[in-house]
Amino acid sequence: MDLTAEQEMVVRMVRDFAEKEVAPVIKEYDRQHKVNREALQRMAELGLLGVCLPVRYGGQGMDYVTLGLVCEELERVDSSLRVVMSVHVGLNCLGLLQWASEEQKERFLVPQARGERLATYGLTEPGAGSDPAAIAATARREGDVYYLNGEKMWISLADVADQFLIFAKTDPHLDPPWRGISAFLVQREMAGVTTGDIHGKLGVRAGSTGWISMDEVAVPAANRIGGEGEGFKIAMSCLDNGRYTVGAGATGLIRACLEASVKYALERRTFGVEIGQHQLIQQMIAHMKRDYEIARLLYLRAGWLKNQGVRNTQQTSLCKWFATEASFRAASDAVQVHGSYGYSDEYDVERYLRNAKGACIYEGSSQIHQLLQAGYALGYRDDRPLRCELPAYDAALWQEE
Amino acid sequence: MHIVVCTKQTPDSAAKLAVDDAGHVSWGDSPIVINPWDEYAVEEALLLKDRIDGDVQVVVISMGPEEALEALKHAIAMGCDRAIRIWDEAFAGSDTLATSYVLARAIEKIGDVGMVLFGKSAIDSQTGQVAVAVARRLGFSPLTNVIKIAEIDGASMTAERLLEEGRQVVQAPLPAVVGTTKGINEPRYPSFMGIRKATRAEYPLWTAGDIGAAADKVGAAGSGVRWERIFAPPAREGSAEIVAADTVEESARILVDKLLAEKVI
Repeated sequence: MDLTAEQEMVVRMVRDFAEKEVAPVIKEYDRQHKVNREALQRMAELGLLGVCLPVRYGGQGMDYVTLGLVCEELERVDSSLRVVMSVHVGLNCLGLLQWASEEQKERFLVPQARGERLATYGLTEPGAGSDPAAIAATARREGDVYYLNGEKMWISLADVADQFLIFAKTDPHLDPPWRGISAFLVQREMAGVTTGDIHGKLGVRAGSTGWISMDEVAVPAANRIGGEGEGFKIAMSCLDNGRYTVGAGATGLIRACLEASVKYALERRTFGVEIGQHQLIQQMIAHMKRDYEIARLLYLRAGWLKNQGVRNTQQTSLCKWFATEASFRAASDAVQVHGSYGYSDEYDVERYLRNAKGACIYEGSSQIHQLLQAGYALGYRDDRPLRCELPAYDAALWQEE
Repeated sequence: MHIVVCTKQTPDSAAKLAVDDAGHVSWGDSPIVINPWDEYAVEEALLLKDRIDGDVQVVVISMGPEEALEALKHAIAMGCDRAIRIWDEAFAGSDTLATSYVLARAIEKIGDVGMVLFGKSAIDSQTGQVAVAVARRLGFSPLTNVIKIAEIDGASMTAERLLEEGRQVVQAPLPAVVGTTKGINEPRYPSFMGIRKATRAEYPLWTAGDIGAAADKVGAAGSGVRWERIFAPPAREGSAEIVAADTVEESARILVDKLLAEKVI
């Protein structure tokens, strides 16, 4: 599967950026639990925050495969960079591209795609993760205004983003409950919005993960994305894109583990030979190599389906499930290859291991993805057409000024 | 006015080079990239274009087989206006003398050239000779190791050169050949727009005939250097010693004594 010349050049550009500007400092940011705001700014300047959005909406006009490639390169250096792509591009911008009205795209998507306004996505709550229909946040309509109340939890960039795609119940009593959910574009400057960071995370310590609290936040009806009661479908289709970035990113994490392990296995000597000569070390490296190639093919397929405008919930879920679990195994093995040194932050692999775990939990835990895959295989699940589908990639249309 | 940037394609700096018994150098599947030092030259040309009044066009050229396209594409993606590849089977085996002849002929053909920029050297051969040789052939002012172009107008320029002793401020009439050095600027990354332009741009090829190159001045025939033998230098043998002492001061003293004894300092 060949990449286009453009994709190859983007990969090289992002790799150069991540290696030159982030790799030398990431360890310190991670140690200090600090967000590298300069890197965020640079990602905006380089156009990464609008990579696969049409030029007329402030984006760079590349395709969905390129989004995956960018995520792989970023997470190869640190998960926190890819997380920005997941929430800003995958969960928010692409959700707007798919569901927002033309007027809403102009108002909300354009500044996001240009990197002027950072965006995230608020579905999960303290009491609702894998069961999002159980969210408790409410949106009470009075005339042309909705009043939002509730709390969102485990939200990446909660304390950094300017715009939030928030899901809340416009009808909390409907059965089934998912039918009562609607989506809103909430802005930080709206009265009643407060945010904060969660401290003490296992990994992605150079990333912001936090909570968003809403207390009688007046949101104009013009900020409702999609129809009333359409929020759950919007939330799920956003996840098809968020999970894609997570899977592609995890593929980069596997590659980072592989590269670090190969390098170390050629340097470190035991029993008179470099440890790469030992079969049990080779086995771990072989697993990393195998899983890297599989994960890459899985995300390239999902990206290709997106380019074609074909629904890819099943393929994206499989990619995300496989790649994240494989990245955790690869990171654990990479620590093992490095022995005691891998157990200290002198080497990067311990950070890879801590970072890998989160992605096995968020955007559909590994268990949720297994239920999905079994559901498809058994014929219990099928994907019905949506009122708005993610548009197929059309180079001419995307690149039109 | 044209500002010409001369670039070269090289193996990636992370490539592991190997030399076989026959003297063939290989670098595995490592990608071919623009010579990293040349990125400073490209960046400086783009900055100069913004500083100089009037119609300035940045033309990037590279003498080389098809792989040279990678260097040219990168330069276009950074923002150069146009690119020309210069190659002919007759150029194969050119040393710096013959290369400077070919580049000088191409620069003459471009015409209306106010400045020619080079990276400080190519990371593969590391001679750093071509810039000066091109200047000599064209009769342009040669300025190497330039760390800053302080002033420039249509007729002259003032530059700071980085020497071992310090910085030297020099003035030179244009046209000039400028060898840039690391620190002169921070090369930009290619933009998405630039990447698209680069993949769609035309890359005209100029052959020996196009630049009017004489057969006896190019390739092996035009070269003064003969490669007798190419071999990998023997691997460096080294050993490490941890200086152990009760206090940091004591460790430092022992270390200094050792360094003095070894005549390192």
